[in-house]
Amino acid sequence: MAVKHWALKKSLWVYHVNTGACNNCDIEVLDLLTPRFDIERFGMILVGSPRHADVLAVTGTCTRQAMPRLQELYRQAAKPVVVLAIGSCAGAQGIFTEAYHMGSPVDETIRAVDPNAIIAYVPGCPPKPEAMIAAVVKAWDVIDTL
Amino acid sequence: MSHKTMINIGPFHPLQEEAEFFQLYVDGERVVDVDVRISYNHRGIEKLDESKTFDQVPFVVERVCGICSASHPLAYVQAVEDIAHVQVPERALYLRTIVNELERIHSHLLWVGLAGHFLGYNTVFMWAWKYREPILDALEVATGSRVNYANCKIGGVRRDMTDEQLKEIDRLATESYGPVEMLTKAVIDDPVLHARLKNVGVLSKADARAYGATGPTGRGSGLPIDVRRDDPYAAYDRIDWQVHYEESGDVFAKAKVRLLETLEAVKIIQRAVRAIPGGEIDAKVQNIPPGEAVGHVEAPRGETFHYVRSDGSNYPVRHKVRAPSFNNIPTFKASCIGQEIADVAITLASVDPCYSCTERMCAAVDAESGRRMFDFAQLVKLSQEKTQRLRRQL
Repeated sequence: MAVKHWALKKSLWVYHVNTGACNNCDIEVLDLLTPRFDIERFGMILVGSPRHADVLAVTGTCTRQAMPRLQELYRQAAKPVVVLAIGSCAGAQGIFTEAYHMGSPVDETIRAVDPNAIIAYVPGCPPKPEAMIAAVVKAWDVIDTL
Repeated sequence: MSHKTMINIGPFHPLQEEAEFFQLYVDGERVVDVDVRISYNHRGIEKLDESKTFDQVPFVVERVCGICSASHPLAYVQAVEDIAHVQVPERALYLRTIVNELERIHSHLLWVGLAGHFLGYNTVFMWAWKYREPILDALEVATGSRVNYANCKIGGVRRDMTDEQLKEIDRLATESYGPVEMLTKAVIDDPVLHARLKNVGVLSKADARAYGATGPTGRGSGLPIDVRRDDPYAAYDRIDWQVHYEESGDVFAKAKVRLLETLEAVKIIQRAVRAIPGGEIDAKVQNIPPGEAVGHVEAPRGETFHYVRSDGSNYPVRHKVRAPSFNNIPTFKASCIGQEIADVAITLASVDPCYSCTERMCAAVDAESGRRMFDFAQLVKLSQEKTQRLRRQL
């Protein structure tokens, strides 16, 4: 494992993208910052630009309007970047599969840009904050194999 | 010479949890116009509902907005119950009241936290969210989930609560009264917050009425409207409680109304838990006859309004949702114009806009070159710097 990846594990910076979520996943993502969960103790913080991000936390069903913007955000993020598809919507469009304003699912949208993208799925509607922390721990394992 | 600049806020920025896009037109430091762009979050829920059966729709409308996920299904089931002339059992009405008031506490504390963050008071953000956690625990006790409750059902509620569960909810709500009271006093007594929030983003009574402002936005401007009192549903007419409102219409008034409502919600929960009768929780509904009806509920942000039409089949023929943010967002036209840019972040946040409900957005760009001038993070920085400046002066 390169020193770069060893260091990356200690300070994963997260950029949060809402591509059409109902807010539930988003308030649970914000909840991670607050005293009960406090992910900053693992070196993770929410950052303001995808260019600073090591993790893209994507929530929501990826509507047609948000689709090209999500691809642009992925292009802007420095690689390697781990995409967390948070919630049932981001994982498989959930209850909105048949709705008319859906783009492609989050994983397909990102694979259209980069076929080898690292994507972790966090199922649940919404997933509990503990599940999101578990997903990041799994992302560490992926970084180990790089 | 006047030079108009456009400032984009959004669509993706790190501080608001949703995709929203405002365009502010500014002349120097003053905002002269504001525009909202929409559709990043549009999911076509009304159309989707037409392909679901009446019993499935509550689970879809719950996902209109994750923060109002008790209010939307309740408004929908009230409309359907009106079509089918269902008499909902007394116990179910009380259970609905308890879940709705827990939701109000969690939503208002969430807003107080975010407002504190926008002003550069991160301690308020951390504290408000810390005291919100026990309420989420209470909701988990009551319904099995922290934020999507799946509680409402046509004719009643889906889950009963045991006496132990009710006691636990009572305990968690009662314990949160002290911290919320402390937050309320901290906000009301803080001289910096007075300087930052008083006479900022004023929405006059006439404007509030003209734009049809609802919920805390209207109540902060001296309109004492509240669906819970004006057209009682659930068990609100069986419990003693009061509507809080303020006359001044500024951001401070809206914050005060929300905090006082949070305290009132704790009292409503305590009274509901003590007064809850026994019995059935569900009137068995066989079929939905043809007809149309509306249901409305006082969500944390204001009145949410659902219209349902049935043709006698299993599926609603038309379902229209009007979320409170739809009324409240246009009030920016009255409250933002004439403000300093540094005050815009908190004015926009003051109505607690919910874009997944309404699917709307807003941004700001140089009108001549088309270049983006500020993003929302910079606006929040300006806002936080102003607080620092005032704090030094005081």
